[in-house]
Amino acid sequence: MMLNQFLLLSAFLFGTGIYGVITRKHTVLVLASIELMLVAVNINLVAFGATLNNAVGQVFALFVLAIAAAEVGVGLAIVLLIYRNLRSANPDDVNVLKG
Amino acid sequence: MFAALTSANPHVDFLAISPEIALIATVMVVLIADMILPERSAWQTSRIASIGVLVSLAWVAVIAFRDPIAPMFGGSYAIDDYALVLKGFFLVATYVTILLSVDYIAEGDYYQGEFYFLLLCSVLGMTVMASARDLITLFVALETISIPTYVLAGYRKHDRRSNEGAIKYYLIGAISSAVMLYGMSMIFGLTGETNLAAISAKIGTLPDSKVLALGVFLSLLGFAFKVSAVPFHWWAPDTYEGAPTPVTAFLSVASKAGGFVAMLNIVFFGFGLQPSLWWLIIWVGAALSMTLGNLSALRQTNIVRMLAYSSVAQGGFMLVPFAAFGLAQSHGDAAVARGAMRSVIVYLLVYGAMNLGAFACIIAVARRTQSGEISSFSGLFQHSPVITVMMTIFLASLAGIPPFAGWFAKFTMFQSIIEAGGGWGVTLGVVAGVNSVIAAYYYLNVVRSMWFRPAADDARPVQVTGALGASLAVCVGLVMVVGVYPSFFGDMAEAAAKVLG
Repeated sequence: MMLNQFLLLSAFLFGTGIYGVITRKHTVLVLASIELMLVAVNINLVAFGATLNNAVGQVFALFVLAIAAAEVGVGLAIVLLIYRNLRSANPDDVNVLKG
Repeated sequence: MFAALTSANPHVDFLAISPEIALIATVMVVLIADMILPERSAWQTSRIASIGVLVSLAWVAVIAFRDPIAPMFGGSYAIDDYALVLKGFFLVATYVTILLSVDYIAEGDYYQGEFYFLLLCSVLGMTVMASARDLITLFVALETISIPTYVLAGYRKHDRRSNEGAIKYYLIGAISSAVMLYGMSMIFGLTGETNLAAISAKIGTLPDSKVLALGVFLSLLGFAFKVSAVPFHWWAPDTYEGAPTPVTAFLSVASKAGGFVAMLNIVFFGFGLQPSLWWLIIWVGAALSMTLGNLSALRQTNIVRMLAYSSVAQGGFMLVPFAAFGLAQSHGDAAVARGAMRSVIVYLLVYGAMNLGAFACIIAVARRTQSGEISSFSGLFQHSPVITVMMTIFLASLAGIPPFAGWFAKFTMFQSIIEAGGGWGVTLGVVAGVNSVIAAYYYLNVVRSMWFRPAADDARPVQVTGALGASLAVCVGLVMVVGVYPSFFGDMAEAAAKVLG
């Protein structure tokens, strides 16, 4: 098995996701970066599951997929709400709270 | 084919999961009732929701008097004293939150049925969390708690502050879930198990690898976001200020407790035998949360933001017994380890009662003054003495002053860390002691301004509605009874901590 290659790919994707979360300005791009992190998790789970010959890894990945979909739905709804109120989805424009 | 399926069916004890079934039924009834009921009687959904929570609580009591029940679903779902005590706590906290919400939600321009629907979904996640003994169950429960609260935090749809609080809370929550999952995937990869008991059995035999340390570190980092521990606490004040106040009470008590129960499960049942991997992380998190939370609370002028930072600091106090557990496990002291778990549970129960009470007072006062500033509490005693006395009780309890319940929580916390001993234990005890004094200053500052400052021109007394009064009565009752007779919560936590064996 090429476990190491899969783990390296997943670490690279996770790192890219973290980088995107920190540097991107637009909220939708931040959401996309979070999805990248979750994809990294799924690659990890499936690769470990296949190597260990343990179906639990795949089952866990399915749960992660389903819940990530629900989560991103709520996130896009909040972004849409902010866009309606402010005509902008840039986090820098959302800054009334301080202290 | 069907024969094969039936023989593979797991044994399910429906009585054991009846609290969850009752909640799911209530969730559906609330949603349907909201469609059928006309607009002017939409407040009836709050009545349905509170009855459902009480029914679920009654089932918890019924199960508590039954014989012990074996873990179900391949050991991933346990119904023991630990789970039952925490389920009871979550359900009572939710009942009080519904009482706090009734008038606030009915008077504001909000959708009512959906509010209670989301609240109940979140509680369903909490009751599952109390029983979760498997990484997958734990993750699903944590998301069931979190996703409805993202929506609730943004429930004041046309208020920019609420929008901002919701998006910050959502982004932090989603990022922390991803980080936590990455850690969990590594733990799964190394142990080949998702069941916490099986992980615990394997984790002690694994060689001391960097990958395991990274997995444990990342999953704890994810929980640090959920329980708003420093350095991942900065979303809390913004979200708490923006959300409707009853939601803030819910977030700071029930949702935070959900994060702590997740952490209890994974640390006490999963990583217990490898304390060297995590105790220092938690030690530092506890010390920083207490210190930075309290120092930031000192300079707040808005009472909700002050309580937000205070809840960060209280979360730090709750992390202290986790560090004590790690120290106890590294010298293999089972009695001290049990004491640490008891002290986390006592702290959760007491903190729930006193913090919900303080928020009930704030909601009552803000109904008249329409302000969250601490200055709006000036001279409250002159026109509303009863609410002033109650707020004083809750703040004194948060500061840990006897004879109110807070002293007992602080006492068990100090007891656990001093018993764990050693230079690290005593140092953390001293940090906690200094922080208790700082915290007392800003809590008592509010008390001083209520009793001794001159009142504003508007001296109409604060009206307390029936539902708010009932929630205040529950909280004051608990804080007074536990303060004078601490074994009421102490015995419950003692029974719960027996699951550690």
